Amino acid sequence: MIISETRPPETTNSLLTSEDVSIFYNQFRAVKNVNLNIVPKKITAIIGPSGCGKSTFIRAFNRMNDFIPGCHLEGKLLFHSENLYTPNIDPVRIRRKIGMVFQRPNPFPKSIYDNIAWGAHVNGINENMDIVVEKSLKDVGLWDEVKKDLKKHALGLSGGQQQRLCIARLLAVHPEIILMDEPCSALDPAATLKIEDLMRSLARQYTIIIVTHNMQQAARASDYTAFFSMDSDRAGLMVEYGVTDQIFTRPVDKRTEDYVTGRFG
Amino acid sequence: MSRDLLDDKIRQLEDEFLLLGSMVEQATQSAVESLKNRDGILAQKILDSDRLINEKRYAIENNILITIATQQPMAHDLRLLAAILEVISELERMGDYAKGIAKITKRLGDSETPIPIRDMTKMAELDMSMLHRALTAFIQEDYHAAAALPQEDDAVDAIYNKIFHELIEAMTKNPEFIDNGSLLLWAAHNLERLGDRVTNICERTVFIATGELFDMDTSEGEDPDQEEI
Repeated sequence: MIISETRPPETTNSLLTSEDVSIFYNQFRAVKNVNLNIVPKKITAIIGPSGCGKSTFIRAFNRMNDFIPGCHLEGKLLFHSENLYTPNIDPVRIRRKIGMVFQRPNPFPKSIYDNIAWGAHVNGINENMDIVVEKSLKDVGLWDEVKKDLKKHALGLSGGQQQRLCIARLLAVHPEIILMDEPCSALDPAATLKIEDLMRSLARQYTIIIVTHNMQQAARASDYTAFFSMDSDRAGLMVEYGVTDQIFTRPVDKRTEDYVTGRFG
Repeated sequence: MSRDLLDDKIRQLEDEFLLLGSMVEQATQSAVESLKNRDGILAQKILDSDRLINEKRYAIENNILITIATQQPMAHDLRLLAAILEVISELERMGDYAKGIAKITKRLGDSETPIPIRDMTKMAELDMSMLHRALTAFIQEDYHAAAALPQEDDAVDAIYNKIFHELIEAMTKNPEFIDNGSLLLWAAHNLERLGDRVTNICERTVFIATGELFDMDTSEGEDPDQEEI
């Protein structure tokens, strides 16, 4: 693996670190020996061809792979220097701090208001819910669009609005990190750009990790980019990690060059 | 749809572009000033500061490549970035003309050579006025203003032709003047070429606004291979 010359800065009090992480589905190794230091309050994009393990890797950050029988992890994933995979860790607490936005928006079959308030309530947020709902919707730029319709069903919103509602729901429980797994793949170009603008404003307060098939999106929206590919044994590995500007103009590894120029993958 | 990040990057690039333009204007004015006053120290400063012009050009070029690679500009945005890429090359070459004149100042030293400085100063004034308005028209995408500017280059060419004939005549009469007279021909030639390059900037302004590329040069018989000393 190449860490580029314009590598992400080393952080002494790293928020999230992957140390020699391998992830297995039973005997099959899907992700191999990934070392990655996530820079706080920046947007890190993970790109790579299908099957390179990028979604498997990002889902490991908030223990989402726990739900897949036979999936296990070797190495260390450290959040505030705490290993996320030690037995005494409460995955629910972790998922509160490291939230996830999925490929397809998945609002609850409830009102817009309840989507945010209910999630916050379940997660033990004891604040004035009207204020929590308003602030969360404002943070995702949805307030002006829905403030008169808070009691309407969330499924009546457009796909882009639903995705922003899901992000608002996540913000209401005060996460530190937002994981985004292909958050725009079901959205049209206008809604996609809105999400990208939103990511940029959220990065002032939150650390964002996004997995995307859309290289242009990674180039437009992220500060750092990690390129994953497949080894000869079909295990995903990180090929190169660097400042996004450099990855898309002067990649160091030939495999990265081939991928970003569309000659591979 | 908003493209806030791309818009920010374009604004930054335009600021840097204007800064490069003002550096070139300053260098040209100083170059003619150094020739007028036989000021070797000022001439050396111009030679030294040319490096800053070149560095600024490369920094802008690099930022444009990054912006194209990461922000995928299209249509007008793409034309604007392509035009800036072209025009910074013109500006950098204009800086080389100023550097060429500064070199001539140093080579003339304290010699008694008569310099047609009034005409050369007038050429530089016309060049700088055209350059300034061309850059303003470029940023404002005012293609009417840009389309009108190349005609003004005729006045620069006319003064150049006058200087050229006077210097040739003087060299014919006095062969000892040939060395320094040739240097002065080059200095005047640099100022003449500077005006031509303003025309190239205007072409790019029209390109940004309309998407059309065409030659606006009104001069004839130039020698592009011998642009500077």
